[in-house]
Amino acid sequence: MNFPGPPGAPPALLSLRGVHTHIGAYHILHGVDLEVPEGQVTMLLGRNGAGKTTTLRTVMGLWPAGRGEVTFDGQALQALPTPDVARLGIAYVPETMGIFADLTVQENMVLAARGARHAGELDSARLEWIFGLFPALRTFWLHPAGKLSGGQKQMLAIGRAIVEPRRLLLIDEPSKGLAPAIVGNLIAALRELKAQRTTVLLVEQNFQVARALGDTVAVMDDGRVVHRGPMAELVADTALQQRLLGLSLGAH
Amino acid sequence: MGSSTPGVSTAPAATAAPSVPRAAFDWRPVALLVALPLLAWPLLGSGSTWLTLTFAGLTMGLIIFVIASGLTLVFGLMDVLNFGHGVFIALGAFMATSVMAWTAGADGPTVAGVFAAMLLAMAVAGAAGLVFERVIVRPVYGLHLKQILITMGGMIVGEELIKVIWGPQQVALPLPQDLRGAWIVGEAAIERYRVLASVIGLVVFVALVWTLNRSKLGLLIRAGVQDRSMVEALGYRIRRLFVGVFVAGSALAGLGGVLWGLYQQSVIPQIGAQVNVLIFIVIIIGGLGSTFGCFVGALLVGLMANYTGYLAPKVALFSNIALMVGVLLWRPQGLYPVANR
Repeated sequence: MNFPGPPGAPPALLSLRGVHTHIGAYHILHGVDLEVPEGQVTMLLGRNGAGKTTTLRTVMGLWPAGRGEVTFDGQALQALPTPDVARLGIAYVPETMGIFADLTVQENMVLAARGARHAGELDSARLEWIFGLFPALRTFWLHPAGKLSGGQKQMLAIGRAIVEPRRLLLIDEPSKGLAPAIVGNLIAALRELKAQRTTVLLVEQNFQVARALGDTVAVMDDGRVVHRGPMAELVADTALQQRLLGLSLGAH
Repeated sequence: MGSSTPGVSTAPAATAAPSVPRAAFDWRPVALLVALPLLAWPLLGSGSTWLTLTFAGLTMGLIIFVIASGLTLVFGLMDVLNFGHGVFIALGAFMATSVMAWTAGADGPTVAGVFAAMLLAMAVAGAAGLVFERVIVRPVYGLHLKQILITMGGMIVGEELIKVIWGPQQVALPLPQDLRGAWIVGEAAIERYRVLASVIGLVVFVALVWTLNRSKLGLLIRAGVQDRSMVEALGYRIRRLFVGVFVAGSALAGLGGVLWGLYQQSVIPQIGAQVNVLIFIVIIIGGLGSTFGCFVGALLVGLMANYTGYLAPKVALFSNIALMVGVLLWRPQGLYPVANR
């Protein structure tokens, strides 16, 4: 590993060094430095427009990094096309979920499993585990994904990301627009992933979700990471939350 | 999704019984397809005329479908407007004139020659498609206006090259003796060649539907039509898939060119430009990117052209435009709009 993390922390699986991204005429990322330690859940927080989604899309190669280095397990990602990034074992759940509405739940899952040509070739034990996390996927297995509710679509999007073992999950605001009860289910499922030592980089606006899941946290503002540290530290320090996120936990 | 689909029950499903209706198939465009011949019946008066025209219309529709199916997938998958698709039709048709001349026996062209022409036309049109994609389409990904201009330019160049090889004049493409004539059903004449062309069109349709719905390749194409960057994020190289679809679509246009040329029994270098208008009407009516919509749209166009050609030849030219206007007033995104577009 090129960059040693803080003493005692696991090595970074993904790291970004001075990453700049332009979208058209707009300069969105102004030198992002970020590390995602292996086997941990890293929360990426920040206000709207801070560059969280752009950071994830830059890692996936969906928007090219203009400058800087993106390294995954020692390999430079910034020059790779998106499919090659995914093939290294990185799964991406976009903010829009990226569900194929005309395809059934089953077809969405088969598509996500690069090793399976049809439903019969899906790893059944793994599928049972996913059905355990998200029972709705079993119920609506043969139904068009477009007919699912928002929460069920989010579950499908995450189920799709874990249909085969992946080394890193990039998940963009899974709680967005969901009813509180559904968010509770989602947190439970993500906790299960966390218990399995899955490496996750999770963008979140909802601080309750963030504190429930995060091991470490990075806060972005105006295209830069302005704070990095353990989640517990940010949870304990209300003044820091106020300064970084403009929220106070007491209000919740 | 359209308003036609029944409401989704939000009650949590308890056990095995699914609470969401199974993919509600939208029958109304198909009903339109059935209604058109029924509407034409009283206007035509005689049942035998109706049968002859309906069969001719379905044949024409199936040939148009073979030609247009590749174009609608190319548009759906990569957002590429290929106005040069017609050149592959012309190439296929002219290949047929040569192959059938080479294989002609003492008593004229042979049935084996027809099949040889189809295979060779597909191979040559597919190869031309590969070059066309690389040289003309690839530099203008994502630029619609440039796509329209440069692909039209590509078609003009292609048409001129065809004139260099086969000459500018009309070339006869006679049917083999065994495919001429008709079977008489009651008083209606069912032409033998049209039966063959229809069977080939149906085989192409079934093969396409099977591939799209039952294979992983088809799954990738359908997903790519809806959201290609997500397909890439799942780890698939969609560029390669697109080149494959472009080549296959060009080969099908070549096959369609052979069928169309034999249907007309003659070929002119401008055949591509002529058919281009029809296939664009078809893919717009069907819903850009939708294979089943393309199928229904092609049959509607084929039927409409034959009925109006018989009833009011002067209106025939406008009838398909009128059909398109009517369909778009009813469904602005076509009969079967593709989700996420």
